[in-house]
Amino acid sequence: MQGGRGVTLIYDTLIGPFAEYEFLRRALAGALALAFGAGPVGVFLMLRRMSLMGDAMAHAILPGAAVGFLFAGLNLYAMTAGGLIAGLVVALLAGIVARTTELKEDASLAAFFLVSLAVGVTIVSARGTNIDLLHFLFGNVLALDNETLLLVAGFATVSLLVLALIWRPLVLECVDPGFLRSVSRAGGPVHILFLALVVMNLVGGFHALGTLLAVGLMMLPAAAARFWARDITLMIVIAGAIGAASGYAGLLVSFHSGLPAGPAIILVAGAIYAGSVLLGSVGGLLRRGIPRRHLEA
Amino acid sequence: MISRRSMLVAATMLAFTAAPSQAQDKADAKVKVVATFSILADLVKNVGGDRVEVAALVGPNGDAHVYAPTPSDAKTLAAAQVVVTNGFGFEGWLERLVKASATKAAMVVATKGVKPRRSTDDHGHGGSDPHAWQSVANVAVYVANIRDGLAKADPAGKGTYEANATAYLAKLDALDRELKGEIAKIPADRRRIITTHDAFGYFRDAYGIDFIAPQGVSTESEPSARDVARIIAQVKKQKIPAVFLENVTEPRLLKRIAEESGAKIGGTLYSDALTDAKGEAPTYIDMMRHNVRQLATALMS
Repeated sequence: MQGGRGVTLIYDTLIGPFAEYEFLRRALAGALALAFGAGPVGVFLMLRRMSLMGDAMAHAILPGAAVGFLFAGLNLYAMTAGGLIAGLVVALLAGIVARTTELKEDASLAAFFLVSLAVGVTIVSARGTNIDLLHFLFGNVLALDNETLLLVAGFATVSLLVLALIWRPLVLECVDPGFLRSVSRAGGPVHILFLALVVMNLVGGFHALGTLLAVGLMMLPAAAARFWARDITLMIVIAGAIGAASGYAGLLVSFHSGLPAGPAIILVAGAIYAGSVLLGSVGGLLRRGIPRRHLEA
Repeated sequence: MISRRSMLVAATMLAFTAAPSQAQDKADAKVKVVATFSILADLVKNVGGDRVEVAALVGPNGDAHVYAPTPSDAKTLAAAQVVVTNGFGFEGWLERLVKASATKAAMVVATKGVKPRRSTDDHGHGGSDPHAWQSVANVAVYVANIRDGLAKADPAGKGTYEANATAYLAKLDALDRELKGEIAKIPADRRRIITTHDAFGYFRDAYGIDFIAPQGVSTESEPSARDVARIIAQVKKQKIPAVFLENVTEPRLLKRIAEESGAKIGGTLYSDALTDAKGEAPTYIDMMRHNVRQLATALMS
């Protein structure tokens, strides 16, 4: 009897909500798609020391989406197109400036995303309305309709396929950009394609989580995975898994405690990151004291 | 005859010129009034008529809860002779704006004398629910306050303001009876709806329709998974006939709730802002009439 009640309790806590409510199943599907799409991209961003770029791109996307909203209302495709265009333009311009002038990529990116943000805010206030801009910042993972869900899942699929295609040059450029340049001229196009993937994942993410929190599902799992694996493939698998677990646990937290869903997902990811910093098998703070074998090349 | 009339006109003009207030330097100079949002601006227009020039800081379709004032608002305020506010903590951003603009305008608080309703959520506007205009009886108080405020700032127009206010109050009275008549036709056990924004507390008290909201009083808080699940469970359990969208919050969430619970999606209810002239609710009276018709349509079927 005791055991039976325990099983029921576990079911009610962990599975029951998803069985009972379709909106939670949809939210979970969206969160999983985002985790599997954005996690790998986040790992590459981290390995290339471009972790803050996701945040900058999120700011660059926001005004594009807002402009789309102004012209077509709360229309999924208009907002998506606006966000994609703004993000790609900023990424391209920043890439061109970085590769043709002395200015480093982070500096040129900072310049362009700030201009994009200012242009967006100007256009929005020139139209004299301030409705719903907060929705872009925070999104709503609980309000995923069929169209949005398909879009998010589609973006994640395309992202994974493209990543598989450009895998070798991308890994090479992470490890040794100089070598890649000496053997191939693929570096430039691959870099730009990769930036496009970052933009795409963030645009997919803002419908569910909002522009700012979408970055969280990209970078936090990647940073946490760094403490569990040295191998890039394994790191990507772990990042995807951590993102997926954050989505699932975050929705449960929101369901049981009443915290808003988007922030709850990112807070769970943050907690996993903190745990990984402490306990991670690769360079975790608490493991460092334990003697171990020397590194092998 | 003619010469006597023109004498009279000239004398009136003289009287205006002699009046101490600067507003009456010229007989055609209008009193500049600033209202914080579109509904108040509409009321001021009805009371002030041709004697006043009204500007609304938060215009049609704007959300006054989360409004961020611009420098031009400070300029508008500085030039105003009368500023009409709702009060009850509705315009949290106003106090600093008034200080920054150093305006010398007379302040009229439209809810002065209205009995405040306790906010249903504890994270509301300091306890008082500010959306008092959702009851026509309260708006009669608004109108009286605006009338007195305008008459004080522009004593020469007192007669006009009183006449306009009396005429408008009669319209409000007729509106109130019309709304109550419409709602009386809805079966009593169907007078329950769900809407995103808990701005209809006064409406509920005055007209007896129960509004259940997934969000709190303010549009600033985001609903959690628990909130949404509770609403869906509640709709199913209490067999609530309709779910309504509102012009300032996320519509997709309501669609999701409606789909999952089987409730009907009603049209748009306007709570905090009027629409522009082309919309469904360009004036306060239109807004109230529109809302009640929407409710009646969804709940009767």
